[in-house]
Amino acid sequence: MSTVAAPDRGRPRTRNRKGAGLGLVAWLAGIVFFLPIAWMALTSFHSEEDAATNPPSFAAALTLDGYREFFGAGGGASPWPSLINSTVASVASMILVLLLALPAAYALSIRPVKRWTDVLFFFLSTKMLPVVAGLLPLYLFAKNAGMLDNIWLLVLLYTSMNLPIAVWMMHSFLSEIPVAVIEAAQIDGARLPTVLARIIAPMAMPGIAATALICFIFSWNELLFARVLTGVVAETAPVFLTGFITSQGLFLAKVCAASLVISLPVLAAGFAAQDKLVQGLSLGAVK
Amino acid sequence: MTATTTAPVAAPDIRPGGHRRSDRLRGWATRAPLLPALIFMIAVTQLPFVATLVISFFDWNSLYPDAREFAGFANYGEVLGDSDLRRSVWTTILLTVAVVLASLVLGLLLALLLDRRFHGRGIVRTLLIAPFLVVPVAAALLWKHVLYNPEYGLFNGLLHYVGGPQPDWISDTPLLAVEAALVWQWTPFMMLILLAGLQSRDQEQIEAARVDGASDWQIFRHLTLPHLRRYLELGALLGSIYIVQNFDAVFTITSGGLGTANLPYTVYQTFYQAHENGLASAAGVLVVIGSIIIATFALRVVSSLFREEASRA
Repeated sequence: MSTVAAPDRGRPRTRNRKGAGLGLVAWLAGIVFFLPIAWMALTSFHSEEDAATNPPSFAAALTLDGYREFFGAGGGASPWPSLINSTVASVASMILVLLLALPAAYALSIRPVKRWTDVLFFFLSTKMLPVVAGLLPLYLFAKNAGMLDNIWLLVLLYTSMNLPIAVWMMHSFLSEIPVAVIEAAQIDGARLPTVLARIIAPMAMPGIAATALICFIFSWNELLFARVLTGVVAETAPVFLTGFITSQGLFLAKVCAASLVISLPVLAAGFAAQDKLVQGLSLGAVK
Repeated sequence: MTATTTAPVAAPDIRPGGHRRSDRLRGWATRAPLLPALIFMIAVTQLPFVATLVISFFDWNSLYPDAREFAGFANYGEVLGDSDLRRSVWTTILLTVAVVLASLVLGLLLALLLDRRFHGRGIVRTLLIAPFLVVPVAAALLWKHVLYNPEYGLFNGLLHYVGGPQPDWISDTPLLAVEAALVWQWTPFMMLILLAGLQSRDQEQIEAARVDGASDWQIFRHLTLPHLRRYLELGALLGSIYIVQNFDAVFTITSGGLGTANLPYTVYQTFYQAHENGLASAAGVLVVIGSIIIATFALRVVSSLFREEASRA
């Protein structure tokens, strides 16, 4: 996606004024959509009293109290265990996804098996079945296997959740590598693991990075599995967030600080993967 | 793409004598890299569905595990006869259709705006993507407490300035409140897909039409829109798949109250709070059937786009 680098097309002069007007409308739309986030950021730096006023206090004094509260200064539960759990679940499942998806994509694009399109569409079809329908058996299995409230169970489930996306994305990235390069390496006697690690991985690196970031985002965001299958020990950040609001009283600044901190990794990953975001979200169907 | 990548396999084996065993060996060598991922997927995603299907035929409350017995289609009868569950089917449809349509239309308008050159286009694009990159639970909390709150939420705060009314957004229009929050998150998604569609248009064709005196509207109506059709379908179907399954927003904003319980929330509640395993599974199977109907169309659209990409490369 090369929005910014689109070629400069000479338009007749008469269009210029209208163009500037529409540019202004676009800016306005961008600001309207961003407003809730900007307001969330501002509120997170306000005191609880200033956060809960009507009309809103735009120019109230700034403070870090909301963040201190969120990180447990006020005697509440510390968010660190849940943040660490989310990191483990997202990063470990991301690595597992890449380890499984890269060879699979190789067997679907560079040296394709017979009926490779069918296999590709099988992967896609699993993504279309609703998560909620498999939830109960997974819960019962986890209970019997003693894996409830275990972060590694989430790692496995997040791997299955993201594997189809990764296979599709990698398939479309690997298809862009010229076969001649790979064949040359194989003639020189390189075996598959070497070819994957030395030739394909470096050439597909931007695609692999984007795939990794998108898998990370989906795992980090996930709530339903985490809510049902974890309790105290393996609680992830989104679950922590839902349990955060039980207390009555003023909590707006704290909620804003918490939401912002927990969204920060996703915002960072999303902006980093911006150019490949569409391709990942559309499972490689749109480039 | 297909032509080049299938070449190694399609290459005829010119060696005489037809080495059957080495052929088979080579077949497995080709398949080997695929197998771990394939086996993993079947084990983790297909087996639970089979289990769900089996459990759906049992009368099984996990609080009374000894009273488990085969019930045939009784659970399905109960699910389809239960007015709450029927209502949640209807809610799911309403929620999905409303959110998908609204975010598609908004996404199209934004994509058209962003397809033009103007100062700071990169910044505007970043601002517009941001809502999609807020953790869904955090976004739902933001809308519920910081924007919708009737006493000190931002909406009523802003209305206060212009002397407007002070509605209780979530109580007055619960479903609309959930939908608005979801539209805010999903519009950027639609915009990105449609923008990619706009940028894959044939620019020469458009220039030619313009030289021939076609108006902007005529170009949009007769060139852009037909070209975008596939992308609109893709956005609608992918959006539907994600939004049909939505749990975070319903769970957080209304906790399924006030007639906003959709199927995923109802299934969650049936087994997590009411412990009715058989009923939850039957509802789950029905969700799957609904999804398969959507998915069949989705797969068709994806595969037609996929072939198009393949033939273009």
